[in-house]
Amino acid sequence: MSVPNNAPEVAGLAPELAGAKEGQGSKPLASASERFTSYDVEAFEVPGGREENWRFTPMRRLRGLHDGSAAFDGKITYAVTPVDGVTVETVSRDDSRIGEGGVPADRVAAAAWSAFTEATVVTLDGTPAPVTVSVTGPGAGATAVGHLQLRTTPFAEATVVVEQRGSGALADNLEVVLADSSRLTVVVTEEWADDAVHVGAQHFAVGRDAVLRATSVSLGGDLVRITPTVKYRGPGGDAELAGLGFADAGQHLEQRLLVDHAVPHCTSNVIYKNALQGVDGMPDARTVWIGDVLIRAAAEGTSTFELNRNLVLTQHARADSVPNLEIETGEIAGAGHASATGRFDDEQLFYLQSRGIPEDVARRLVVRGFFGEILTRVTVPELRERLEAAIEAELAVTGS
Amino acid sequence: MSTLEITGLHVSVAAEGGAKEILKGVDLTVRSGETHAIMGPNGSGKSTLAYAIAGHPKYEITAGSVTLDGQDILAMTVDERARAGLFLAMQYPVEVPGVSMANFLRSAATAVRGEAPKLRTWVKEVKGAMNDLDIDPDFAERSVNEGFSGGEKKRHEVLQLSLLQPKFAVLDETDSGLDVDALRVVSEGVNRYRAGGDVGVLLITHYTRILQHIRPDVVHVFAGGKVVSTGGAELADELERNGYARFTSAGAETPAGV
Repeated sequence: MSVPNNAPEVAGLAPELAGAKEGQGSKPLASASERFTSYDVEAFEVPGGREENWRFTPMRRLRGLHDGSAAFDGKITYAVTPVDGVTVETVSRDDSRIGEGGVPADRVAAAAWSAFTEATVVTLDGTPAPVTVSVTGPGAGATAVGHLQLRTTPFAEATVVVEQRGSGALADNLEVVLADSSRLTVVVTEEWADDAVHVGAQHFAVGRDAVLRATSVSLGGDLVRITPTVKYRGPGGDAELAGLGFADAGQHLEQRLLVDHAVPHCTSNVIYKNALQGVDGMPDARTVWIGDVLIRAAAEGTSTFELNRNLVLTQHARADSVPNLEIETGEIAGAGHASATGRFDDEQLFYLQSRGIPEDVARRLVVRGFFGEILTRVTVPELRERLEAAIEAELAVTGS
Repeated sequence: MSTLEITGLHVSVAAEGGAKEILKGVDLTVRSGETHAIMGPNGSGKSTLAYAIAGHPKYEITAGSVTLDGQDILAMTVDERARAGLFLAMQYPVEVPGVSMANFLRSAATAVRGEAPKLRTWVKEVKGAMNDLDIDPDFAERSVNEGFSGGEKKRHEVLQLSLLQPKFAVLDETDSGLDVDALRVVSEGVNRYRAGGDVGVLLITHYTRILQHIRPDVVHVFAGGKVVSTGGAELADELERNGYARFTSAGAETPAGV
């Protein structure tokens, strides 16, 4: 698009944003399609925190995962319950399957990719019973990188729960590779200890006519930043990414998603909900949700919707929400996005209490209702009950 | 037999330039079996009285007392007042996104009755009550008051009234914004509640129209933050003919809470 180059300069903006405030920057904002990717950490500049994809992240709390100062001398352990139809392998970094899911798009993901020595590959064949992968951090004060790949065979139907716990600072890549016509339900939980920092890249590669049902649950950790990317390897792919987060005082939970529609007749649906509960005298509870959906020129017949809802339960909380939809073809079935951040306010509390409902029950009612549509997607009953209990426990922490 | 007794009630709200007194000494006693209408011009403090009794945090009680069978209501939290048997049907019911009406009603009934109602009889009870008020059963799955029209919100207030069966109900302009049919449905709901138990009603209204459906035993005229006149149902008829002018211009203080 050409624009008249007479827009006045706006002081203090990054060069690529020159003139952007007038809506006619000579250099348009970078498209998600121009996102730089590399397996090599050195190909990325060390981020300073003002870059678009780092601007919400508290860089000082990253424990050096981003700037080369993290030693990565700790170890992340992966434990998989044995199930028929599920093969668990520990492979070297030159295994041909590694990288099939995607390529790192930021320096921390690339740092993890450049540093890992062995990867855990979980192959799901047929219709196995639900599998749990337990991921444990390197321990307080330690830093580590990790690499996990989940992959289905054609026509497989499987459910995987990735439970992440423990302490320390971790950078990792999770590859999820769906073979053609397979169906994978995957739940990834962030149940870290209070000290933990987790910067995770998730690479979803959806095969032809494959169905992905992914749910992300962020509860624990000091700083958790997850960047899921969905790509389709053939037409007919169907991906649904649901997520919930509960940020306490001082906690930073960040989710940055990109759904990249480059092939025709694929579907995506993104629904993320965060609740925030701060405490007077403590740093803010913080959530960041970035939802990019890119429909490239070739992706005719695409259907996509993304939605983010944030529920601010108290003062001392901040939720950022940035939905982006880029459409390069008019031949689509449908595309939309919605974002809203609401406050559980005194009026709502008064209304519920005026019907006899005690304050703590009222708060639970609102939060349970809010997260209900995400939790119903967690189809493993014991896990859902455990997560419901964990959310109630989060509510009780401040109780206010 | 219960008694709701309001004595010398003074209430202020925070306003620019300090607290502003809205209620200036309200005395009122309602016994179960009685329906009292409180009528008054806009800004006379009628709604403030309703919210102060229910315990809205915006209103500060500066003097006076409210008791229910001798118990100090003002010392209770909002939810304790409701469990003690008070109910406020609000003029502007609050939307609570994410909480279904069904879940909300059950939580409220559980709190007020002290135990969760048996599921089977509860479903029947709610269905019957919704049917009585011409409420589509689909509303049970919608979020509390979210996207409801004014009339739908009022019907749901009366639905809660019928399910929670409080000792005293304060109806704050429940008639406002209702068309003729909705007014009839809502009034019938209130009359069923009155007939269903030994209960008292404090009916706050600006217009006399609802009093043709719900006959009051006592009518109070409210002006300048207090009761300025009390009489029988015939007082409402007089207001219908002559309006409030006699109470606002002569003798009464300037209207408050505008």
